[in-house]
Amino acid sequence: MTGLLAGLDGNRLLRHVLGAVLITFLMTSLIVGLELVATQTGLSLRPRYHIVLYCVVVVALGSTAVFALAERSWRLPMLVGVVIAALLLVPLLTGNLASDLAFLLPFPVAPLNWLALLLPAFILIRAAQLAYASARPPAAAARRREMTRTGKLVSLGLGLLLILVAFAFPISPWGSRQLVDILTIVLIYIMLGWGLNIVVGLAGLLDLGYVAFYAVGAYSYALLSEYFGWSFWVCLPLAGLFAASFGIVLGFPVLRLRGDYLAIVTLGFGEIIRVVLINWYEFTGGPDGIGGIPRPSFFGLPFQANPPRDGGETFASFFGLSFDPYHRIAFLYYLILVLALFTNWFTIRIRKLPIGRAWEALREDEIACRALGLNPTNVKLAAFGIGAMFAGFAGSFFAARQGFISPESFVFIESAVILAIVVLGGLGSQLGIVFSAAILIGLPEFFRELEDYRMLAFGLVMVLIMIWKPTGLVSHRDPTIRLHPRGDGR
Amino acid sequence: MLVIEGIHAFYGRIEALKGVSLEVKQGEIVTLIGANGAGKSTLLMTICGQPRGQGGRIVLEGIDITNMSTHQIMRRGIAQSPEGRRVFPRMTVYENLQMGAINVDPGHFEGDLKRCFELFPILERRRGQRAGTLSGGEQQMLAIARAMMARPRLLLLDEPSLGLAPLIVRQIFSVIKELNQQGVTVLLVEQNAFHALKLAHRAYVLVNGQITMTGTGRQLLADPEVRRAYLEGGH
Ligand SMILES: Nc1ncnc2c1ncn2[C@@H]1O[C@H](COP(=O)(O)OP(=O)(O)OP(=O)(O)O)[C@@H](O)[C@H]1O
Ligand SMILES: [Mg+2]
Repeated sequence: MTGLLAGLDGNRLLRHVLGAVLITFLMTSLIVGLELVATQTGLSLRPRYHIVLYCVVVVALGSTAVFALAERSWRLPMLVGVVIAALLLVPLLTGNLASDLAFLLPFPVAPLNWLALLLPAFILIRAAQLAYASARPPAAAARRREMTRTGKLVSLGLGLLLILVAFAFPISPWGSRQLVDILTIVLIYIMLGWGLNIVVGLAGLLDLGYVAFYAVGAYSYALLSEYFGWSFWVCLPLAGLFAASFGIVLGFPVLRLRGDYLAIVTLGFGEIIRVVLINWYEFTGGPDGIGGIPRPSFFGLPFQANPPRDGGETFASFFGLSFDPYHRIAFLYYLILVLALFTNWFTIRIRKLPIGRAWEALREDEIACRALGLNPTNVKLAAFGIGAMFAGFAGSFFAARQGFISPESFVFIESAVILAIVVLGGLGSQLGIVFSAAILIGLPEFFRELEDYRMLAFGLVMVLIMIWKPTGLVSHRDPTIRLHPRGDGR
Repeated sequence: MLVIEGIHAFYGRIEALKGVSLEVKQGEIVTLIGANGAGKSTLLMTICGQPRGQGGRIVLEGIDITNMSTHQIMRRGIAQSPEGRRVFPRMTVYENLQMGAINVDPGHFEGDLKRCFELFPILERRRGQRAGTLSGGEQQMLAIARAMMARPRLLLLDEPSLGLAPLIVRQIFSVIKELNQQGVTVLLVEQNAFHALKLAHRAYVLVNGQITMTGTGRQLLADPEVRRAYLEGGH
């Protein structure tokens, strides 16, 4: 027993768990604990307090584990993980979704419920890590440095492989219309994630209104093509330019603010742009949006079945192919792929240039930067403007792909999703953003019926990140070498 | 080179400098000593425009910089190794030095880097290591080296010997002397009064935001009052 609690403050643990239990009880006792049933005489309440009990037990177990993990103790979480796994496995293995224990399972679809095992799995893995770290002699820690170097090589190789696969995918036998479509959406978000990463990950400015610049890009293309009939290729750089100037104009007054204040003001600006789009009916079409936005062409060759009215060729006729709508979808896919890769290349390059260095330095210590003769406002503005520019590119692509845009595509939750992609990817990590975009955007597109549970998964992921990366939302690049193990308080 | 006349500085309503006048001539090492909270760091920061000096004038090489913003001042051949070092902990030694040279013609970079590594050979061996994982003394050297990378004509050093082993302290002071011989003017704030006064051409004593005494380093070192307040108990 004492071994289980080694290194833990029993009193604090008890208070922590009791608090969680109390909240769970208050929240569940009325909502879950009473069921409305229709009887012959009308509606009546049927208590099901056993389910409340399950909830309380699970929360008690979970909060015990989380508390103990945070204190770097592993025996107790190990035990808890096993118990939770057992509790979940009973309904999973028996397949009896009607049983009371099945209440613990989050999803209505059986196979997905196996995902619930991720929770105990996470606890067990973390506990095992801690157990391993506590058993390992300190000398082994020195080897970490080599490991991160090979880690760098691995991620470089993985990145190149991913790029190859991405280019080959649409022409491979697996490249179905639906899949390429989904991947196009994922790529838009990867590009947005990479763009926002410049602002949040590199410069450390928490921007909650990033979607505003996406909207500026989209509307720039839609309006320019509507009013002037300009083609996508002319509008693309203009859209980036407009978004960047918006970024600079908006950034100028707000970038004197720091941290939370900046976050709130950018959030406000994001909403202002959306509200303006809704209300400036004559110009933007208001809530009706703008339709009939022309699709991009392949160097002047349109993707359509019949030749254009004013003569000329289509993509299919020029290359002697028979018309297939898949051509356009694949073309859009390649277009966004190239745009996204450009964003990535740009970020990697600029990181090594003085301005990129200055962003990182500013994130670390603004006063020291000033003392080196940097003008923090200009440096931040550059990050804000460049980040906005990429959102503008992505926005005009989005408009061209959809053919229709309305303010509804640019709500706050989009900003939140993009930010979540960046944070989840591990701030500053380019490859991480690819994976997190695939998880956050790709998976829900696959499992459309899960939409309602998306926020649940979101919350879960956020909690896990807080446990894994407790340094906070705008945390910094991790040191490659640690002198002291994590949580040592040094 | 640097002339300060009757400058006041405020943190909110607290008056940290109460009309300080001080001069640093070309090629000098000037030491500023004083008790904790006397306003030494504040004076160095005020020269850099943060907090802004009020009521008087700060003139650098004949140009009034009192009302310039920090980044403008710092591009006029002045550099500071601030109190508490303030290196960028998650950037490598090399990247920190690059930051120091951010406003300098890139053509100078390689040569300046070599010179820094000659002054502080340990930094060369640590060039790929993150600054936050350096030892305190190494961080101090990095802070000085980073300031040097800006090619200053006037170098402001705030307690460069803080928390360092005696051997390293001697090393740092000899580097300061060497820099000075290479033509850099130095304004040095120190608690380690004995070493700092020995090194200085001239020195000032700051008490409660006011200069109370000034003279050559030797004069102050011999002054009984200075000895009692700042030198007793050691050396
Ligand atoms: N940011 C600040 N806000 C408010 N007061 C400050 C601030 N910085 C310094 N002070 C106050 O100004 C006075 C002078 O501080 P300063 O840091 O210049 O002292 P110092 O001479 O460098 O002392 P030390 O030898 O301990 O470094 C102190 O009373 C201090 O409390
Ligand atoms: Mg001080």
